[in-house]
Amino acid sequence: MNNPVTNARLESVEKGIMALFWAVLKRDLLLAFRRRSDLLNPLIFFLMVASLFPLGISPEPTFLAQLAPGVVWVGALLATLLSMDSLFRSDFDDGTLEQTLLSPQPLFLVVLAKVLAHWMMTGLPLTLMAPLLGVMLFLPAEGMWGLIVSLLLGTPTLSLVGAIGAALTVGLRKGGVLISLLVLPLYIPVLIFGSSAVQAAVTGLPLGGYLALLGAMLALGVVLAPLAIAAALRISVSG
Amino acid sequence: MAENKKWMPRWFYQMASPRWCYDFTGKLLPWFAVAAALLLAAGMVWALAFAPADYQQGNSFRIIYIHVPSAILAQSCYMLMAVAGAIGLIWKMKVADMVAKACAPIGATVAILALATGAIWGKPTWGAWWVWDARLTSMLILLFLYLGVIALHSAIESEATAAQASAVLALVGLVNIPIIKYSVEWWNTLHQPATFTLTERPAMPVEMWLPLLVMVIGFYCFFAVSLMLRVRNEILRRERRAGWVRDLLQRV
Repeated sequence: MNNPVTNARLESVEKGIMALFWAVLKRDLLLAFRRRSDLLNPLIFFLMVASLFPLGISPEPTFLAQLAPGVVWVGALLATLLSMDSLFRSDFDDGTLEQTLLSPQPLFLVVLAKVLAHWMMTGLPLTLMAPLLGVMLFLPAEGMWGLIVSLLLGTPTLSLVGAIGAALTVGLRKGGVLISLLVLPLYIPVLIFGSSAVQAAVTGLPLGGYLALLGAMLALGVVLAPLAIAAALRISVSG
Repeated sequence: MAENKKWMPRWFYQMASPRWCYDFTGKLLPWFAVAAALLLAAGMVWALAFAPADYQQGNSFRIIYIHVPSAILAQSCYMLMAVAGAIGLIWKMKVADMVAKACAPIGATVAILALATGAIWGKPTWGAWWVWDARLTSMLILLFLYLGVIALHSAIESEATAAQASAVLALVGLVNIPIIKYSVEWWNTLHQPATFTLTERPAMPVEMWLPLLVMVIGFYCFFAVSLMLRVRNEILRRERRAGWVRDLLQRV
């Protein structure tokens, strides 16, 4: 605190673009760990949604085994969607977001780091928890790897696309419901290929094609979504 | 910078003026209205009364004359909405924002029309109202995208922000258009391949596809009329404090 204010530190940050990325990532992860309940809520929701299906439809193991790929994927999708609203909310409320937009650093990287942090807090735990739900829903053991790999490739895309919706609605009070209206149609392709990959794994068909499509969507999302998120944030904050 | 100004044609900048756009569309409107009325009436009578019946589907195929034009229009309307949104984002033109805003409800209506006629056609042909086929699903997603754009636009109070935000959403949703277009070619599904392509002659006989072409052009003219009416209303509403709108209203 006693150091004189100079530009030296600023220059060193400008030199290391990656330093910016890691700093934002570290900050968001730290913030998430300080609010553990937010961290757990999507996981508990995921578990609850999955347990509704045996109760609501049929507890028959053969029937549930057929349903399992879709149910686990829909559950993961809804859990991601639920957690999306908080992505920029607290930053917007305390003014951090405005300062980030004003800073000369590339918004693309800041946004990418934030989405990565969000995925590490929701998508990754959801993927790790999915086999448990697979067992609960009698998913055949052959499908487990398909489930994990497809979720691993699919959930980052869900986070990236969801962040566009979060950025568009961050300035609105009733953002929560609106975000699902905006984002759900865009989630459908990911859901289709994700659950098809699990189905293929269960029936012993090659699943390389589905995984390649999920990977292609992820590649497209990593390159293009941060641009849309950054543009949406500028619109939301300035308006 | 002077060179940059010549990059776009003159009319492009003229259209940016709400007043000029209002006058211009006012001149075009009657022509398109007459064309739409003539083409739709002629096409409808031709299609329903004179076109030959299909050798497999009998008369039930005649719904194609509503279904195909509305499905084509639903997609091109989305393209127009996205392009107008992009123009609004880049050049900050108010008229482009208004066009994008006007496209959304028209597109949603046409998408519903396409889905409904498809369902009515599907019942006698496939034996089911709805099939989870690739093209039907992607068309449904298109409808959801329209509804999302409308919902986002009405949720944001400031007109300028609402226009920019829904333009970004429309551009993001643009990825769905090629999926709908090529869904029948990529996935071997129940829905038949495209009726019209620009490069090949249609597989139907001339007596069948010519009325369809008339109906498609008629639908486009009707869309133009509907869009111009909506945009003109929007111009009057937003420019209500401008001098020329007051003069106009006083003359009426």
